[in-house]
Formats: sequence, C-alpha cells, structure tokens
Amino acid sequence: MNKKVALIVFIIFSCILVSTALTLRPFGEPRSTEMDDYIIENAQNETGANNAVTSVVFDYRGFDTLGEATVLFTAVAGVLLVLRRYAHE
Amino acid sequence: MIYNIPYIAVAALIMIGLYAILFKRNLIKIVIGITILESGVNLFLITLGYRKNAVAPIYTNLPEGTSIPEGMTLPVPQALTLTSIVIGVAVLALMLAISIQIYKKYRTLDVAKIRRLKG
Amino acid sequence: MNEPSKIVKTIASIIFPFIIVYGLYIIVHGHLTPGGGFQGGAVTASGIVLLLVAFGSAEIAKKIKESHLSILESVGALSFISLALLGLSTAFFYNFLAGSNFIFGRIPPFGSNPGDMNTGGVLPLMNISVGLKVIAGLFAVVLILSFVARAKEGRRK
Repeated sequence: MNKKVALIVFIIFSCILVSTALTLRPFGEPRSTEMDDYIIENAQNETGANNAVTSVVFDYRGFDTLGEATVLFTAVAGVLLVLRRYAHE
Repeated sequence: MIYNIPYIAVAALIMIGLYAILFKRNLIKIVIGITILESGVNLFLITLGYRKNAVAPIYTNLPEGTSIPEGMTLPVPQALTLTSIVIGVAVLALMLAISIQIYKKYRTLDVAKIRRLKG
Repeated sequence: MNEPSKIVKTIASIIFPFIIVYGLYIIVHGHLTPGGGFQGGAVTASGIVLLLVAFGSAEIAKKIKESHLSILESVGALSFISLALLGLSTAFFYNFLAGSNFIFGRIPPFGSNPGDMNTGGVLPLMNISVGLKVIAGLFAVVLILSFVARAKEGRRK
C-alpha cells in the first residue's frame, strides 16, 4: 500500500516537472534585470572591488553570508559532538 | 524546445534524486539521493541568471567590446548558489556522521529494520 | 591495512606546497578574479586532506590536535563578526574602508582595468577570515572520520 501511494505521487510529480521544464521562458532571456543592472554599474564606485559577485556576497548581501557561516559552524560542531568518543585518541 | 536543455537536465536530476529517496532501502543510497537532488536545485538556480553571449561580471581585463550592463550575466543568482552549495556540504557531513552512529547501534543499514525506536 | 608505499608519500610531499599556494592565491585575490573565501578554502582543505590520506592518520594526529583546529575556526568566525560590527556608525556590514586612505581604500577607475591589490575595502579581510574558517572546519571533519575508521578496524576482531 505504501509503495503504490509513493509510485503514484512520484509519477504525478515527474509529469509536473517535465511539463514545467518544457514551457518555461527560453534559456538566456531573463525577465526583469533592474536590480542586477544597478549592481553591475555601481559596484566599482561603492565597494571598490572589480569582482561584482564577491561584492554581492560580502557587501550588498552580507547577512546571507553571516547565516551561511553560522550554518557551517553549527554543522562542524554537530559532527564533532556526535562522534565525540573517537576524538581522544 | 531544443533550447531548453538545461531545464530538462534539472528535471532529470530532480527525478533521479527523488527516486533514490523514495524507493531504496539502504541508508547510504538515500543520502546519495539527497545530494543529487540538491545538485539539481543548484543547477536550476544558476541557469536562471544567464544572458545570451555574455561574459562573467568581472572588470579585470574585460575582452574588447563588451557593453557594460547588457553584456554581462546577472551576479545575484551566482551569489545565492554559492551559499546553497556550502550549506549542502555542511548538511552532508552531518548526515554521514549520524548514519555512522546508527550503524554502531543497530548493526544494520536497512531502513525497514530501523523503524522501531528502541528504548 | 598496511601503510602507504614510499612512492605515494614522496609524490604527496612534493605536490602539497603547490596546492597550498594555489588555494591561498584564490582566497587573497577574491576581489579581483573569480574565487573568494569559500572556494579557496575548499581547495586548501583538499590539499591538507591529501597529506592526511598519504601518511595515515596516526602520524598526523601527533602534530595537530582537535583543540588547535577549534581555536582557528573560532578566530575566523569572530574576526568576521567584528569586521561587520566596526562599521556600525553608519550601518551593520558597512564598507568603512572603501574610499578612505587606510590600507585597502583605493577606488578603481570605471571599466576594464588590470586589477590592483590596493582596492576592495573590507572585502579582502572578510575573504581571509572566511577562508580560515572553512579550512579549519573541513579539515576537522575529515580528521574525526579518519579516527572513526582507525578505531573501527582495531576493535572489530
């Protein structure tokens, strides 16, 4: 019974995925680019870096990098906590 | 229809990952399925930000004749994909550590035999 | 398991400095070329893990303990937070070094230019602290997993 329900859900979901992939916008034409045009034009003036992607990661969206550093720290602390009794060799 | 090939690849990766999560009984195979699913999502996120015949948004030694806002790809999806990849690595490390601990306690990696919570 | 042969040990100690220099180059030049803290940290951690695989975990564990790696990772995280808090007079995460004539404060001219290391504001310092955090974190995880493998086959008889 569980296998049949899983099979039906999987087939419906894969039909939705394939039909979405075929009818999306053509690859290479994004719809609205005002925010990215502003970032490309003014990243050298405001941050002083040549790399627009690094200035987005650390300056325009620094909060996301702070959250990602926290997740990395928590995962490493969790691994060292789960396997604690092998650490004192 | 032939120009949507990256989106078809994304759909194939997500279907393979979902099949491995739903229909396999070994714990390591389920972890590999989660990783493939996360790779598919990262690929989708980064192919949303492409412009035709454009270069990377970096000003060091640009090739000649690129127009400044319209000849470069969008930088924001690339930044979001970076964050997502690092989070995927962290989650994979934690999943493998917990599956090592499960094997130590139950002596098997079969998902159907681990269902009952022992006291 | 018998220990690795002499060829593996020799080649690994020859290749190891080049990988470390390449990874540190990617971290430090993060504001001029593609790369940055996370990417360069992953490359450098792969170089150190190569040394761990070639020499066995018993010899590496004599030199580097767990507590040193914890201290390095915490130093990286704390310096990242303090760099964000130093610009609090205007906003959190404000780039207070760009435009001022302190260490990294030059503004590059608009358009294509060969990169100058003196630019970037607070970005190279953030790249270095995040790179240190990623190196220490990934190497600590692989070191713990190698201890599990060594203890497992010593006790299973």
